[in-house]
Amino acid sequence: MIKLTHVSKEYPRRGYALRDVSFHLKKGEFAFLTGHSGSGKSTTMRLVHMSDRPTDGEVRVVGYSSEKVTQRHIWKIRRRVGFVFQDFRLLPGRTALENVAFVLEVTGTPRSAIVPKAQRLLTQVGLSPKSGAYVNELSGGEQQRVAIARALANEPYVLLADEPTGNLDDRATRGVMDLFWDINAKGMAVLMATHDLELIKRYPHARVFELDHGELVYDSAEAEAPVEA
Amino acid sequence: MYALREAIAAFRRAPVLTGLSSAMVGLALYVVGLFGLAAYNLQLALSSVEERVEVAVYLRDDARQSEIDLLLTELAAIPEVRSVRFISKRDAMARAQVELPEFGELFSDLEVNPLPQSLEVELRPGSRNPEVVERVSQSALLYPFVEDARYGREWVDKLFTLRRIGAATTAVLGSAFALVAALIIGTALRIAIFARREEIYVMRLVGATNGFIRRPFLLEGAMAGLLGGAIAWALTYATYRGVYAYLFEVAWMPDGWVALGMLAGGLFGAFSSTLAIRRHLEAI
Ligand SMILES: Nc1ncnc2c1ncn2[C@@H]1O[C@H](COP(=O)(O)OP(=O)(O)OP(=O)(O)O)[C@@H](O)[C@H]1O
Ligand SMILES: [Mg+2]
Repeated sequence: MIKLTHVSKEYPRRGYALRDVSFHLKKGEFAFLTGHSGSGKSTTMRLVHMSDRPTDGEVRVVGYSSEKVTQRHIWKIRRRVGFVFQDFRLLPGRTALENVAFVLEVTGTPRSAIVPKAQRLLTQVGLSPKSGAYVNELSGGEQQRVAIARALANEPYVLLADEPTGNLDDRATRGVMDLFWDINAKGMAVLMATHDLELIKRYPHARVFELDHGELVYDSAEAEAPVEA
Repeated sequence: MYALREAIAAFRRAPVLTGLSSAMVGLALYVVGLFGLAAYNLQLALSSVEERVEVAVYLRDDARQSEIDLLLTELAAIPEVRSVRFISKRDAMARAQVELPEFGELFSDLEVNPLPQSLEVELRPGSRNPEVVERVSQSALLYPFVEDARYGREWVDKLFTLRRIGAATTAVLGSAFALVAALIIGTALRIAIFARREEIYVMRLVGATNGFIRRPFLLEGAMAGLLGGAIAWALTYATYRGVYAYLFEVAWMPDGWVALGMLAGGLFGAFSSTLAIRRHLEAI
């Protein structure tokens, strides 16, 4: 699903944000990406989403390689990879339903199917009673659910989440995490960046990657069952 | 369909801005339209005059018929020449008596005919220009029995200079206004893109194609252009009516020109929006 091979990312004047990072997240896996602030978590997420390209190495996502795919074809990746942010990034001034329907509309879903499908997605994230509410009138946890429903609209294979619980309280965090595990149980790979180690400890079954100053210093899969050299 | 709905919504959202860009395109095309109208009328006037652009080759009285036939064949063989007619001294006199009746008596009183025999060289339409006329007369003048070849050179030259000035003025003024219109359409679109930057961001995020994202803006540009074309048509037509009613008689342009102008407006709008979009959408 996601494979990074010797990936480095250098920002002009800022030096390396990532240095020689390799990992392979398989179909249906759930992984946390952790590390302190500035260690390169968001950079990794952006590379996987191909909103940024590596300086060196190769990123492979849902069958597309960062070395081959052109700007014109990025949309194919985007429909297979959902993205959720810390700050939600919903369209203000629209209802929850309209936010989800917008995605379906701009990715070519037949008109008659749009509203029922958007309703179904909101039901899936437990928000159907609030589907008509404007997103700026929703709580943070509710907004994040709308964002997750939006990310799921194209039925992606992978869900990327960059600090999705960063703005949420404990209860809302748990709700979102439950939702992620639900989604993962249906076979979708989840890669979630967070610096919240307490949160990670609560899910011992998840795989954990740790970045430090742009280098991958820990991979739980390799720590428990080291691959032969 | 989405694109069309969005483009129309954009018109409604910012009527002043889109109206302004349409008005600018309209003004630009109005200038072109005015010159087009002038050019068309000039062309009508010129073509009636142009038909008379011909070369008269005057022959000496002692030229032999065989020599004249030879020259006639030679001139008729020039590709730009439509016909060559021999005018004998008597023909010339007859024509003078018809065309200048006030001298009728004078002519009939003369004992010798003072008018020269000549060859009248008529040119093909499209070849009635100074270069061809000059070339034809030069080749006639090579013959010793040719007295003179005339074609009112200065007059022909002026005619063509006038026409070139008209075309150049239309081109220069038209493109200057078009440039301004392009800038305004570009600005309007930039503002429209800025106003919708969040939607565009989400569209990119969730995998809308580039074409899908661009289409509403393209359409908006094309619509502004078409509307501009319509404005230009209305202004030009109003001017035409005004001139016709109060100044002098003019002809309206052929429908093809009008259709072409409107189409140009639409294409121009789409084109300048393509340029504007290319740079500003990538930045979001
Ligand atoms: N667009 C950019 N231009 C220049 N430098 C950047 C850019 N984005 C990130 N960086 C740098 O790359 C490094 C890694 O940043 P990144 O955002 O990936 O960290 P992070 O692990 O997500 O941190 P946080 O936990 O604070 O979100 C930082 O030093 C940052 O300053
Ligand atoms: Mg970050």
